[in-house]
Amino acid sequence: MPDSFTLNINGKAHTVQVDGDVPLLWVIRETLQLTGTKFGCGIAQCGACTVHVDGQPMRSCQLQVSRVVGREITTIEGIREDHAVKQAWIDVQVPQCGYCQSGQIMSAVALVEKNSNPSEEEIIAAMEGNLCRCGTYMRIKRAIRQAAQEVRNS
Amino acid sequence: MNNSIDRREFLTRAGLTLAVAATSSSLKVFAISPAATGSEIFSPGPWLQITPDNQVTILLCKSEMGQGIHTAIPMIVADELEAEWGQVRTEMAPVLPEYADPRINQHGTFGSMSLRNMYLPLRNLGAAGREILVEAAAQKWSVPVSQCEAIQGKVQHQPSGRSFTFGELVEEASALPVPENPRLKEKSEFKLMGTPVARRDIPAKVQGKAKYGLDTFVPGMLYGVVARPPAYGANLTSYDERAAKQVEGVRHVVRFDRGVGICADTLQAAWKGRQALDSKWDRGIDPNMSTASVEKALADGLEKPGREDRNDEGVPSALRQADKRVLADYFLPYLSHAIMEPMNATAHVQADQCDVWAPTQSQTGVQRAAASITGMKQEEIKVHTPYLGGGYGGRGATEGVQEAVTLSKATGRPIKVVWTREEDIKYEAYRPGYAHRIEASLDEQGQVTSWTHKVVGGASRGPGGGGGLRSLQYEVQNLKSESVSLDKPIPTRPWRAPGGSHFGFTVESFMDELAHAANQDPVEFRLRHLEHDSRHHKVVELVAEKAGWSKPLTRGEGRGIATYYSHGSYVSEVAEVSVDRNTGVIKIHRIVCAVDCGPVVNPDTLEAQMSGAITMGWSAALQEKVEFADGGVKSSNYSDYHLLRMSDAPEVEVHMMESDAAIGGGGEPSLPPIAPAVANAVFAATGVRIRTLPLTPARVLAALRQG
Repeated sequence: MPDSFTLNINGKAHTVQVDGDVPLLWVIRETLQLTGTKFGCGIAQCGACTVHVDGQPMRSCQLQVSRVVGREITTIEGIREDHAVKQAWIDVQVPQCGYCQSGQIMSAVALVEKNSNPSEEEIIAAMEGNLCRCGTYMRIKRAIRQAAQEVRNS
Repeated sequence: MNNSIDRREFLTRAGLTLAVAATSSSLKVFAISPAATGSEIFSPGPWLQITPDNQVTILLCKSEMGQGIHTAIPMIVADELEAEWGQVRTEMAPVLPEYADPRINQHGTFGSMSLRNMYLPLRNLGAAGREILVEAAAQKWSVPVSQCEAIQGKVQHQPSGRSFTFGELVEEASALPVPENPRLKEKSEFKLMGTPVARRDIPAKVQGKAKYGLDTFVPGMLYGVVARPPAYGANLTSYDERAAKQVEGVRHVVRFDRGVGICADTLQAAWKGRQALDSKWDRGIDPNMSTASVEKALADGLEKPGREDRNDEGVPSALRQADKRVLADYFLPYLSHAIMEPMNATAHVQADQCDVWAPTQSQTGVQRAAASITGMKQEEIKVHTPYLGGGYGGRGATEGVQEAVTLSKATGRPIKVVWTREEDIKYEAYRPGYAHRIEASLDEQGQVTSWTHKVVGGASRGPGGGGGLRSLQYEVQNLKSESVSLDKPIPTRPWRAPGGSHFGFTVESFMDELAHAANQDPVEFRLRHLEHDSRHHKVVELVAEKAGWSKPLTRGEGRGIATYYSHGSYVSEVAEVSVDRNTGVIKIHRIVCAVDCGPVVNPDTLEAQMSGAITMGWSAALQEKVEFADGGVKSSNYSDYHLLRMSDAPEVEVHMMESDAAIGGGGEPSLPPIAPAVANAVFAATGVRIRTLPLTPARVLAALRQG
């Protein structure tokens, strides 16, 4: 039988009736229809489902919903629209098909908020888990450098 | 987001509505009135509408999958129309014949064809609109047309400075005849074309608001999953329908030609139901098929006589009289599209209507598939196209649509079919594996005097692209080409640059081998076999210049070149690499790319497509390979079908050589040269020639040890 869970997503409380072992990804996407978070692989290999849990980037396909009650969950919709990373993504025209980009942006936001002057190696370490089939990696790097600069200047 | 507009709603709007009827020999713009029924009006072509509220609407028959076509199409029309960019909006056209791509008579986005097929029709459409609006303004003011000019959404009367907005002119304009030969702008008059206009789909994609196929929700919808055979051609021997139905949330179990469908309230329930179903299958039609047996079949094919695609009579004598003969075999694996958005489709079949929401590269294909299942007419199938989370040829697929429509028809409910990543890798149709054997003769001057080319593989089931080699991009007199099909039950489908992805690797690797056999520089050797002053010749020269081809490299590094013509565009690439002799890891230091695709509509998008296809091509060349076992596919997910990650992504610089030639494609043509450019650079760095893809560290290491 489904249980009732109250989740804190993007600063709002959402109560859902689901089995406790359902991955957070599907609760976000299908139950709450916050579809910015994407399904890519289901085994934490692609990063398309990346969200923040208490500020840390995590693969929501691997998080059972019962384990994230009471924690602060942020999805792509919860990152403010004028965030330096989102702005840089638009300036650099990063996305092609765009499907992986919510996850890319969530990983990048976590990076620049922790480290506003990341080296090439630190960028790669933070982004290596996010796949892009269209091949936008070069522009992702450029956008992260630009966003980091913006964060440093502000 | 571009919603599909309803045909009736579109046609009954007040305003000026124009359409192009384009045949292979002529282009004609028509004005459409709500009462119009003339048959020529319903020839396929793009449509434009200007309404009294000063909105310009352009209908799209192309899917947006990241190539920027939903920005490029309105750019072209708006520029010729002299509209203000902000007043132009787009909507997906109804999937009906008169809104189709006029060159292919279909709604479909493939073959890097969108701009090749639509560029001139779109320019004529915009230019005709501009001329009618100017004429309408001149009549309203009773002044000569020559005193009036369209500038950024208005028509101005130059002597007086008066102006009308486009919206203020549409009533008069819609009563005027359409010019037969509207004047197209000179390049110097372009305001949008040739500039890096920001893509219109990007803000929604950055904010997480863009809707993809998987983001479709229809009231009353159930989730559909399907239990399918584990091996090709396997028959269902048993399944436990009762157990599946006992899973909470499972509503329907449907046996059909593709397997057993489970429809449930949630995806989790559907997946649990599929597990409880415990379907059992026999071993299929080729139960011992494995990676090794497929590779052996490809190699065996090289020894079989093929179907001749071309056989010039001078080949045997050229081989006899050769100063040198060179022969080499090449092998390429099956490739998965591995699109980030897994296969999905949503369908709602009702008594007199069928709606399908599908991230598709072929709306016409979706209609055909749904029509054959429902028995409805093709035009009764309403296709809704969200954004595509990747395409690369793989979204011509209709398997997901077939499943959703079948399950919706059987249950009466809207059904969203979702494939897991494992299903997507295992049940899709692939870029075929290939074996090539090439033999060529050289004369004393090092010119190629004959070329014999055998291809094994290709479209064993379904279109795989490529076929035989009918011509070479180089000036070679005597050509023999034959192809051998592969008797394997593996479904195939075009994969980004279907022919070029294998001919590019083999022809350009072999040209490199010939250059070395002739003791010539690989760039010089290619130039000597291309028509002097031709576009191709110039692109090779440009890439060599930009790459600093003749400049010395650091010790241990190597440079390789490859060049390929496809989809109407010439692309040459130079790779600089080094190889770690202890690990076999190839490190790419730099990729330089030069392209001539004729006119460039959006240079920023073209750069993205060029570097994107190079990155995807390098991903495949470095590590992609579909593995087979037990008569089916063994590869399962990104954990064993590896895609390129950021650490291996090359830095690419793109140089565009604009020309006035017919416009070429942008999505695919930079993919073919990358694998051979890198393999040729590996040879330059190490002296070791690798003729089998992918260039995994293990393969490179083994080749280095063999020397």
